[in-house]
Amino acid sequence: MTSIAKPPVRHPGLQKNALGLTRRDYEGAMSTLCAGCGHDSVTSALITAFWEMDIPPHRAAKMSGIGCSSKTTAYFMRQSHGFNAVHGRMPSVATGANAANRSLTYVGISGDGDSLSIGLGQLCHAIRRGLRLLYVLENNGVYGLTKGQFSASADVGSTAKRGEPNLQPPIDPVLLALSLGATFVARSFSGDKDELIPILKAGLAHNGFALVDVISPCVSFNDHEGSTKSYRYTREHAEEVAPVDFIPLRREITAQSAEGTAMSVTMHDGSTVRFRRVKEGYDPTDRDAAYAYVRHAQERGEIATGLLYLDERGFEMHASNRTVSTPLVDVPFASLCPGRAALDELMEEFR
Amino acid sequence: MQPTNVSDPKYYHRVVDCQWACPAHTNVPEYIRLIAQGRYTESYLLNRETNVFPGILGRTCDRPCEPACRRSRVEGKPVAICRLKRVAADHKDEVQAMLPAVPAKKNGKRVALIGAGPSSLTVANDLMPLGYEVSLFEKHERAGGLMRVNIPSFRLPESVLDEEVGYILNMGVDARFGTPVESMRRLLTEGFDAVFVGSGAPKGKELDVPGRWDAPSQIHIGIEWLANVHFGHVESIGKRVLIIGVGNTAMDCCRTSRRLGGTDIKVVARRSRPYFKASPWELEDAEEEGVQIVENHAPKRFVTENGVLVAMEFERLEWTTDASGKQRSSVIETVAIPADAVILAIGQENAFPWIERDIGIDFDQQGMPKVDRGTMQSSRPGVFFGGDAAWGPENIIWAVAHGHEAAISIHNHCQGIPVEDRPPQGMTLASSKMGMHAWSYSNDYSPAARTSMTHAELSTRFSTLSVEVELGFDAEQTAREVERCLNCDIQTHFTANLCIECDACVDVCPVNCLTITANGDEVDLRTRLSAPAENLTQALYASAELPQTSRIMVKDEDLCLHCGLCAERCPTAAWDMRRFDLLQPYAGRPAGSARSLPLAAVSA
Ligand SMILES: Cc1cc2nc3c(=O)[nH]c(=O)nc-3n(C[C@H](O)[C@H](O)[C@H](O)COP(=O)(O)OP(=O)(O)OC[C@H]3O[C@@H](n4cnc5c(N)ncnc54)[C@H](O)[C@@H]3O)c2cc1C
Ligand SMILES: Cc1ncc(C[n+]2csc(CCOP(=O)(O)OP(=O)(O)O)c2C)c(N)n1
Ligand code: SF4
Ligand code: SF4
Ligand code: SF4
Ligand SMILES: [Mg+2]
Repeated sequence: MTSIAKPPVRHPGLQKNALGLTRRDYEGAMSTLCAGCGHDSVTSALITAFWEMDIPPHRAAKMSGIGCSSKTTAYFMRQSHGFNAVHGRMPSVATGANAANRSLTYVGISGDGDSLSIGLGQLCHAIRRGLRLLYVLENNGVYGLTKGQFSASADVGSTAKRGEPNLQPPIDPVLLALSLGATFVARSFSGDKDELIPILKAGLAHNGFALVDVISPCVSFNDHEGSTKSYRYTREHAEEVAPVDFIPLRREITAQSAEGTAMSVTMHDGSTVRFRRVKEGYDPTDRDAAYAYVRHAQERGEIATGLLYLDERGFEMHASNRTVSTPLVDVPFASLCPGRAALDELMEEFR
Repeated sequence: MQPTNVSDPKYYHRVVDCQWACPAHTNVPEYIRLIAQGRYTESYLLNRETNVFPGILGRTCDRPCEPACRRSRVEGKPVAICRLKRVAADHKDEVQAMLPAVPAKKNGKRVALIGAGPSSLTVANDLMPLGYEVSLFEKHERAGGLMRVNIPSFRLPESVLDEEVGYILNMGVDARFGTPVESMRRLLTEGFDAVFVGSGAPKGKELDVPGRWDAPSQIHIGIEWLANVHFGHVESIGKRVLIIGVGNTAMDCCRTSRRLGGTDIKVVARRSRPYFKASPWELEDAEEEGVQIVENHAPKRFVTENGVLVAMEFERLEWTTDASGKQRSSVIETVAIPADAVILAIGQENAFPWIERDIGIDFDQQGMPKVDRGTMQSSRPGVFFGGDAAWGPENIIWAVAHGHEAAISIHNHCQGIPVEDRPPQGMTLASSKMGMHAWSYSNDYSPAARTSMTHAELSTRFSTLSVEVELGFDAEQTAREVERCLNCDIQTHFTANLCIECDACVDVCPVNCLTITANGDEVDLRTRLSAPAENLTQALYASAELPQTSRIMVKDEDLCLHCGLCAERCPTAAWDMRRFDLLQPYAGRPAGSARSLPLAAVSA
């Protein structure tokens, strides 16, 4: 907690986006997280991503579960919709919301505990379902909110604050998502906004489930010597495999030099993801290769970061369900729920 | 950029915009905080330390601090720094006992001061406690200089002037009133160890246009006329009054005319408003009293009929900017404005008829003495100048600043130390952290608009010349205004090796002051910060390399609210809010040594 709310005055030189809004118009309540928590940086990166994407705050929905990470939906875009679900259940609630109103932009914020322990099944099925959601997993290797117990993402040998090592093998959300058929899989670091922001933007544009695993250090319970999710450890071991730039459709391609770009991928809506660099021998469009690379990096003790796998066509729930293109909330009640007679007629078909 | 050296007092001093802009470097934010705490006496004494006349200046200061105030760059108008100073003066307790003591045993050195204006009085204030014997020569019967004879009492009550001038005279100054110095040569033979010339710029400028001498009893020189009003030689003026010129003197002349019977008063200026020398608040005060401001009129001639002034003719001008950017005027027409009296307020000049030109005191072609900007010394060792006498008309606070510097020089001179040896400034820097998220200052931001001063009713104002117009701030107004101050002396102090580069400070800063980035030169850095750093008058702070990535922390000082949020969100206390205190040296008192500190008042 800070002693005061953020003063309302702004820098007069603040840039405005296409909606005439500044970054500050995308802020939320003051954070109550510990000072220096990686999650606050992720919040700030999200603010920038939504602002740069010109997404009207009132057309976005922020979904979350329980945990310090899940609390952060309160700290950005105060004008957006939001739902704080029970622990690990955000994907189901997000599915419901998205089913009812596909016209909103959905962002889900979760933690490694919320996603990989209690909510693991929920996460798996949301991926399989192709829920159109930017899923930000703020990964600190611990249950921060409940004071630092190891989570399912803690590495073997990583020590708790008091010194005892973790013995159980970790679940890597990136490998999990790759194996479950996710079409957008990325990993980044809260302390590297240059890498993180374009990934978040690309994830928002992706037509399907976009998983972004963000190493987001817990300064209070997991930033010590011996931790493998600390600021220092992450900086020393992160290996930028596939950092990207995101170029929305309406921006002129000439605006940014393509020089040095390793590879360009056009997304379903015409926007472009440019791989700033791709590690030699790495192909971010080859699922098996990506899987193998990330595994090997792990064995070398390195953390592969960047947009690790992208299938630009995406896979999306409404498409596979062949839902009407009009958001269900906008479908007149009479056609959404045509009544007893229509139901009976339908049932007849199955007799 | 090289890492900023914050142990040089200049760096943090510059951040305190008001204090930096004040010629005497008054510690504004600290005195405002003391007022906020109701510690008026301490606030007064802190003021007095640097500016010597808080009560006088709290009413009359030209306030160079206010245009500099950071608050006006952030939101709204500057903090009412000057009028808060008056609050301290209005509400202080008895301070006589807390003023610097004067030793009974003198140091054997004698100093002559010429003129009893604020510059000389400051020299006396600084030298008396050191044991100097100070003789003050003043042609008038009382001390104060222009503060007494020119600044009207409806702006500066006599009692306030008497009190603050009294504190100095009562130190045992050998005041020789009614004693004009008529020959510097003679004075120099009287065995003084040093002489300070604080005789001001006593001559009002003439306007040599046709008819000037045709009706002398109706045409006045502003500063002489104001002095005559002060001495009671002038008690009335005609109904229709024209004031020529639009500086400070003009403002006092028009408002004084209003009180002496003038009903139709016009201040006539050659230029348009943006070019006026008078401050906007002075113009406002005059207009509130029904004075009309006439722009773009150049005086052409006085119109007299049978030896009586009836009008003045002006050329109405239009100003254009030529290709080279120079302003040029062309005459549109000639107009006559009826008048019963005209007051010329077009400036002041220096005059030193009493200083012989062959006694080693050099003058330039304009008749101004050659004075060293740093030491205030003339070409004759041991003779110093200050105030309006040094470089022409300025204001009270500059006169005070000159007085302090001259006192240091005089002390050096008398102690056999080269006058160029200026004692250095010092600083203290102390954390204002009181607890987890508690600071020893009010760090919340107040969006309140600047408090305006309450004025006496127009009807009562004109009854006597000396009714003070400004009523001062009441408790509520004071409480509101003090909170507008951003506490710019509470510095954001950074310790690079503690930073873990979590970005919390960068993200929380409401005005985008902070950036962690790769080092570069300043011009380059200014373009790639969280927000563009376009105000080149404001410093960029650059840290040493950060431990984890070797990038640096950069802070653009320009708009910092000193809200402390960066420090509150920093997990490692790499940012801390530290109170900066500029320690200034005075004559015989190196920076940081015995001060008539506010704390003295607490124990008393
Ligand atoms: C009408 C008017 C209004 C002003 N209003 C303001 C204001 O609101 N705020 C502000 O900051 N400034 C104001 N000023 C300017 C300010 O008053 C002066 O800048 C300031 O007083 C200069 O101080 P000083 O010490 O140089 O000498 P002065 O105040 O000029 O005093 C010089 C003294 O020396 C005496 N003297 C001169 N020659 C001799 C001699 N040969 N022997 C003995 N004594 C001599 C004079 O009688 C006088 O008392 C105003 C000026 C004028 C004219
Ligand atoms: C059903 C249920 N079980 C357990 C808890 C206790 N609990 C609260 S937060 C949390 C773990 C959160 O960990 P993570 O998602 O990693 O968030 P972090 O605080 O680390 O960001 C747990 C187990 C709960 N709130 N509800
Ligand atoms: S406990 Fe850890 S995760 Fe939770 S707010 Fe504090 S630093 Fe962040
Ligand atoms: S005190 Fe810190 S957070 Fe507040 S405005 Fe200044 S730099 Fe920004
Ligand atoms: S909050 Fe503190 S540790 Fe974090 S980047 Fe800022 S100064 Fe460094
Ligand atoms: Mg966690």
